[in-house]
Amino acid sequence: MSVSATMTGARVHASGETYHYKVIRQLTVMTVVWGVVGMLVGVFIAAQLAWPALNFDIPWLTYSRLRPLHTNAVIFAFGTTGLIATSFYVVQRTCQTPLFAPKLASFVFWGWQAVIVAAVITLPMGLSTTKEYAELEWPIDVLIAIVWVSYAIVFFGTVAKRRTPHIYVANWFYGGFILTIAVLHIVNSAALPVTWTKSYSVYAGVQDAMVQWWYGHNAVGFLLTTGFLGMMYYFVPKQADRPIYSYRLSIVHFWALIFTYMWAGPHHLHYTALPDWAQSVGMVFSIILLAPSWGGMINGIMTLSGAWHKLRTDPILKFLIVSLSFYGMSTFEGPMMSIKTVNALSHYTDWTVGHVHSGALGWVGFITIGSVYYLLPRLFGRTEMHSVRAIEAHFWIATIGVVLYIAAMWIAGVTQGLMWRATNPDGTLTYAFVESVKATYPYYYIRVLGGLLYLGGMVIMLWNTLMTIRAGRAIDAPVPRLDPAHA
Amino acid sequence: MEALYLLIPLSVLAIFAAAWIFLRMSDSGQFDDMEGPAWSILHDDDGPESRSAPSGQAPGETAGNAVDAAQHPAKP
Repeated sequence: MSVSATMTGARVHASGETYHYKVIRQLTVMTVVWGVVGMLVGVFIAAQLAWPALNFDIPWLTYSRLRPLHTNAVIFAFGTTGLIATSFYVVQRTCQTPLFAPKLASFVFWGWQAVIVAAVITLPMGLSTTKEYAELEWPIDVLIAIVWVSYAIVFFGTVAKRRTPHIYVANWFYGGFILTIAVLHIVNSAALPVTWTKSYSVYAGVQDAMVQWWYGHNAVGFLLTTGFLGMMYYFVPKQADRPIYSYRLSIVHFWALIFTYMWAGPHHLHYTALPDWAQSVGMVFSIILLAPSWGGMINGIMTLSGAWHKLRTDPILKFLIVSLSFYGMSTFEGPMMSIKTVNALSHYTDWTVGHVHSGALGWVGFITIGSVYYLLPRLFGRTEMHSVRAIEAHFWIATIGVVLYIAAMWIAGVTQGLMWRATNPDGTLTYAFVESVKATYPYYYIRVLGGLLYLGGMVIMLWNTLMTIRAGRAIDAPVPRLDPAHA
Repeated sequence: MEALYLLIPLSVLAIFAAAWIFLRMSDSGQFDDMEGPAWSILHDDDGPESRSAPSGQAPGETAGNAVDAAQHPAKP
């Protein structure tokens, strides 16, 4: 590693401190592991929809119990562990200070893994609040709250003791995600416990539906969007070795996102018992959301300005930039589906599933995968993963998988929507429900294939991760200290 | 639609909190430099250090992370 002078002739010295990498190592490895687990469950339940015999008449393996295991595993085990890992890395390096309360950070890791294990045990047992993405029963909810508050303390404590006056924009995204998730979780999970394994939501009926989808869409907006945009704003410029296209835009669209996302939730409840005016508010704000979302996409993609050629040879950059394309796609598709007339066709169909997975596999999955491929070698004293060719293979296999998945679901979804609403001249329904099931069957097979490919890519990643760790050396990088004469 | 008696005030409160934080940050100069921060993360060398400490130890005083000026052209 050559040492050279900075532009001003200053030399940067180690301060004698090191960054806390150990907890990041633990979190990063578990991100990959949970990715494989969560997606394996996903492939299994997709197979059950195609071949229902795979339920085996065993309660713990029934689709109804495994589906929430899949969603919780990919969102909270894979996605959120990845967010915690990268946020601990980004906040330390951009604030040029070690983590605040490293022991508490270690508790965040172990506590979060305990939450996941509790989910893996309780969800197949059928212990569920039945609220989507909030199925975990109340004792686990309490643990989540404790872990989350600890996470907030570590993260904001580190920002507070920063040695750089400016707070890099990625930290705003991470901070916004951490604060809102705390509020969302506590409000939506409010329940009256009856036994250790059973509680009743303090909300009921359509009231509960409104709170649930205020939570649900803000989980998408603040966890799956804002959190991962934080990841994007660090790892895209770092991997491309180019500055963010417009730093000003990154700040503007952050605040625009924060102010608008809260109001989009009702688009999950079109044509339900929710009052019309509330549905309209949700629709309008969802359409407005197109602007700040695409601001983020454009900012990320245009960062490659002057460096497009790197896409040809750098598979990590492929993951990161393609993730932004899927982000743009999903944040266009979403507002379109929020329009009531469109929603009248798409609601309850597989188009919604397709939309979710283009965002989940394409945006969230790819940005996490790309960021982990950047981060992992550095945590083990290396410049790159054990096999760059395996990253390339992973990219192509996963991309084909995503495209197969979402195309299959689009066709199935629109077919369902059209068949369900078709009426004869005398007003009776043209098709029996079972006829729409028969029509969409082929696409369920294609979905299994798409999911299998995506899972295969994750298995390649797990192999690559283990090989990288085996040949690497766990290190803690020194915290630089700028020479005060030239600072 | 009683749930809205909770959700709307809660969201409005969140908006006010966000606005307050934004204005405070703006006043304290967080948004004064819109060019520099994009470059400073690139100047942070997080590559492997030949003299990085193995996990758990602190390194001695080393001429560590440095910037290769040739990589980064001067800002316009």
